[in-house]
Amino acid sequence: MSSIIALLVLSGVFFSIIASIGVVRLPDMYSRLHAASISSTLGVSSVLLGVFLYFWYFDSNFEMTLLLAIVFIFLIAPAGAHMLARSAFHSDVEPYKLTILNELRRDEIGYEELTEEDKIKAEERKKNQELED
Amino acid sequence: MNLFLNIVFIIAIVGMAIAMGIASYRIIRGPTLHDKIVALDAFGVMLMATIGIFSVLLDTSYLIVVIMLIGMLGAIGTIAMAKFLEKGWVIDIDRDSDE
Repeated sequence: MSSIIALLVLSGVFFSIIASIGVVRLPDMYSRLHAASISSTLGVSSVLLGVFLYFWYFDSNFEMTLLLAIVFIFLIAPAGAHMLARSAFHSDVEPYKLTILNELRRDEIGYEELTEEDKIKAEERKKNQELED
Repeated sequence: MNLFLNIVFIIAIVGMAIAMGIASYRIIRGPTLHDKIVALDAFGVMLMATIGIFSVLLDTSYLIVVIMLIGMLGAIGTIAMAKFLEKGWVIDIDRDSDE
């Protein structure tokens, strides 16, 4: 039983470290959101499952609140990530400069208008990149 | 608690501290506000795991309520900040409007 608890806790810590490295290293808000929301949810739920098994096996009390916390994280973390991505899209957070297709924007303003505006935006972005460099 | 699990949990809490330290770089120095909120959400989720490991190391079960509370407050705070940055308000007064 100790080995199962150790495996769960250490794998959860590993996934949390991977998530935070992804939050720092990835180039874009949307990809950072992807790293943070997926792997930190998996990491924290496996750590809490290990803590739950520990309290169940060694202290023999069945902590229902921990299971409730795990279920709550699984329910609420995708909703929060979805609302953050939607909010960032609508407040004009720039995607990474190598992004080639923006499907939500194409669906919202129509295909014909997108091409011209996209050309203008791409040129502006190139100028800004050159100025920054 | 045997010695093996004690060592494992000490390694785990050091690893969680490293992860939270790395994530706090993005909280302080995010280019936009949304980056900061993403990193803060991940930080809150990692704080739940840290308090779980800490309650095992202290051998108490009173801290488990704190895990649940931090989870709820972090999630609601993230959603409220996202909605505020998108629209300018948190609670919709006129729910029929299309803004």
